[in-house]
Amino acid sequence: MVREAAVLPRAEQFPHDADIGVRGIAMSREGAFEQAAIALMGIITDAASIRAQVKVDIECEAPDDGLLLVDWLNALIYRVSADRILFGRFSVHLDGHRLHAEVWGEPLNLERHAPSVEPKGATYTALKVECGPDGVWTAQCVVDV
Amino acid sequence: MDVTKLVAIADREWRLPPQGNMRVPVVIYGDAGLVGDMDEKVLEQIGNVASLPGIVDAAYAMPDAHWGYGFPIGGVAAFDPDEGGIVSAGGVGFDISCGVRTLLTGLKRSDIEPVKTALADSLFSNIPAGLGSEGKITLDQRDMEAMLTGGAEWALAQGYGRPTDLERIEERGRMRDTRPDEVSQHARERQRREMGTLGSGNHYLEIQEITAIHDSAVAKVFGIEEGSVVVSIHCGSRGLGHQIGTEFLREMAIEAPHYGISLPDRELACAPIRSELGQRYLGAMRAAINCALANRQILGHLTRRVFAHFFPDTTLDLLFDVSHNTCKEEWHEVDGRRRKLFVHRKGATRAFGPGHPDLPAAFSAVGQPVFIGGSMGTTSSIMVGASARPERAFASACHGAGRAMSRHQALKRWRGRDVVDELAARGIVIRSPTARGVAEEAPGAYKDTAAVVEAAHAAGLARKVATLVPIICIKG
Repeated sequence: MVREAAVLPRAEQFPHDADIGVRGIAMSREGAFEQAAIALMGIITDAASIRAQVKVDIECEAPDDGLLLVDWLNALIYRVSADRILFGRFSVHLDGHRLHAEVWGEPLNLERHAPSVEPKGATYTALKVECGPDGVWTAQCVVDV
Repeated sequence: MDVTKLVAIADREWRLPPQGNMRVPVVIYGDAGLVGDMDEKVLEQIGNVASLPGIVDAAYAMPDAHWGYGFPIGGVAAFDPDEGGIVSAGGVGFDISCGVRTLLTGLKRSDIEPVKTALADSLFSNIPAGLGSEGKITLDQRDMEAMLTGGAEWALAQGYGRPTDLERIEERGRMRDTRPDEVSQHARERQRREMGTLGSGNHYLEIQEITAIHDSAVAKVFGIEEGSVVVSIHCGSRGLGHQIGTEFLREMAIEAPHYGISLPDRELACAPIRSELGQRYLGAMRAAINCALANRQILGHLTRRVFAHFFPDTTLDLLFDVSHNTCKEEWHEVDGRRRKLFVHRKGATRAFGPGHPDLPAAFSAVGQPVFIGGSMGTTSSIMVGASARPERAFASACHGAGRAMSRHQALKRWRGRDVVDELAARGIVIRSPTARGVAEEAPGAYKDTAAVVEAAHAAGLARKVATLVPIICIKG
């Protein structure tokens, strides 16, 4: 597969028997994490429909990149579940395996967001955070829905 | 799945002898079609389960097995603590104690038809469904603690349901040996407003008609006959269970090497049963089972209230409430010896046969009811625990049909509105807050339950009792 810089960064979902895979692809690790978050929100609703009305800071730390990606996605899932906020804009800063992110979103609006399925948690299945020889970063895992 | 890798050992029973790191064989139930249609990943995942410490007898895959995380969905495995056996958060799943509760209405389709639309609307407005829906109950810390230790018993004490319900719930509605102190603040926060909610995805509340009886003696004991209408509620432990699964999966993935466990894949994260972490998980997981039992008890009560409005004489007696994502401590005979094992059933239903000491008196003579859920337009089934000796797969059976295509593919193929209209033309009323969710859950995206049920019956996992078709479906 040829990956053109023009289509980067991008967020995508990949098929899984029962659940949904989320994947972020970008020229940096940070960018791939941001795109994976967009793909996660895309499970719930059209991520472009989420307005940046409130800002939340998220911090995570993990022993490696893979666990850090799962922690990051799970921190977002927690906010969606406990606070009923959806997020549409992400700014991720990574220092080794420590993550600080500023995320913007708005309270869930049942009518406008028409949320589909609810993510239960990010898993270690098909988990990958890696940089290809072309310098393109991929961050992905399966999310239980 | 390439069936030539497997050895056919009996009718609808296949075996993969131990190889590589596997400590025990893999046994897969299903006809050649069902097994052939399973993803290759199912064999990889169940083979990995067979390599875990302390596994006993075999790693089993039910006829509806499909690719999960860690364990396949439809996976059953038992571990012996005396042999270094483990407990795995991925072997239970995030939706701890997800299950099905079926209530008897005493009504016929002809009673439902005249009020079908109004009944569907009333159920939809009274049963919170879908992401963002909130129940009318908010738990403070004291209530939360009581719920986590009390399960359906707690819900009953709050006025939800009738005392006779408890007889018809696994564990009599309350799981013992919980550790509420191991349920984190985050897990509690996710649950605070979610009691009495259905959730989303494949969760539903269905009004169903029994269209065929396959075992009239057992059907009589269950209180059903051809033409009976029942209500089935499929949901689990909501945000609380999801958060417990998330937190312990992470801790187990990090800690496993410290217990000398080398994981073939991180997603198999586990801890020895006899370890501090293993015990903490078991305590939290049992508390989550209580959350699911309490949740279904509340949903059953809300359903009764709606029915009482339309049919004042109906009592909606509980047939049974089963869970299909659990790890339970049970006695089983293996190689002629009774052993206390920790049986993981992930997307698999306990199916105790006749005479089992843990069965409610009402089912002692025939075995426990086993509910196999369909999806909106597809049939569901009621089965009964088999009396096969030796028992199959630690007395377990399938739980549903499993998906035939991913949500992604389903979304490309169907539009929610069209699915609702097509089902309406077949006399099935769908109510859901999400058109996209309906498209993802379209009946065509699921395998046919009939083939799965036939395979489970022929393999001796459970026996067919009744076939059900949906009349109304409230989809989360």
